[in-house]
Amino acid sequence: MPATLKARVHVMLKDGVLDPQGEAVKHALGTLGFSGVEGVRQGKVIELDLAATDRAAAEAEVKAMCEKLLANTVIEKYTIEVTGEIA
Amino acid sequence: MKAAVITFPGSNCDRDLAVAFEAAGAAVTRVWHKDADLPKGIDIVAIPGGFSFGDYLRCGAIAAQSPVATAVKGFAARGGHVLGICNGFQVLTETGLLPGVLMRNAGLKFVCKTVDLKVGTADSPFTNLWTKGDIARMPIAHHDGNYSIDAEGLKRLRDADRIAFTYAENPNGSTADIAGVLSENRRVLGMMPHPERMTEAVHGGTDGSVLFRSLMAALALA
Repeated sequence: MPATLKARVHVMLKDGVLDPQGEAVKHALGTLGFSGVEGVRQGKVIELDLAATDRAAAEAEVKAMCEKLLANTVIEKYTIEVTGEIA
Repeated sequence: MKAAVITFPGSNCDRDLAVAFEAAGAAVTRVWHKDADLPKGIDIVAIPGGFSFGDYLRCGAIAAQSPVATAVKGFAARGGHVLGICNGFQVLTETGLLPGVLMRNAGLKFVCKTVDLKVGTADSPFTNLWTKGDIARMPIAHHDGNYSIDAEGLKRLRDADRIAFTYAENPNGSTADIAGVLSENRRVLGMMPHPERMTEAVHGGTDGSVLFRSLMAALALA
């Protein structure tokens, strides 16, 4: 069965965890003249094509993937969007 | 002492680690990451440095889900000794065998140099031939060695004397200058510095061999 749902996982460092890459990007933006950038946090986006039709079940499955592998919950938080049918 | 050294795709210190164990008198078996079982009768399993699975996702994250990692977790749960160096340390935090996490170096640069370490405790099978406070010189070579742990976790490490090594000068932003930590039962050690690269005079020193000889002293008759 072809994939019918797409999930997008955003993984970000938790608030309060220092993000040296975000800080470096912020600094670089300042150097380029973009004033007023008060904070930059860098994270990851992971897109999954799922052979699933049940949205709730898919979301639960992706949550398990996040807990087990996609995020390190010691320092990272994640959000899951199940975005619907693949064109 | 019988040791097993694991190789993942991207490991690059596995041979050096095996040689260092052998130089200390250990019999070494090499283990491939797809092996679901460790060799029978081993005293210690060692996870080498390198870039397992290209550091994809997070350093050590994919290796921590490999078949052999499940075997290592079982071995540790039964009281087995485990040594993780550099990427091996990252694998051990990703498996949950050690607390905390190795983040990107605070300076964002790959750091490759020889550093002075302070021995934090002699009370472990890995450090028994040192005295607390001794200086040991070993190379570091990592991009993600910034050991991070919350205040509560740090207190737990300190209260139980589980900080094996600290940096004399912090090279990567790690919490409390930590370079290596022990598990609660003191039989699992993770460290960013490379003792296996400091075991012969031609390496520029032999401080690293003290760790392997300590293990030999602790485990030869085990």
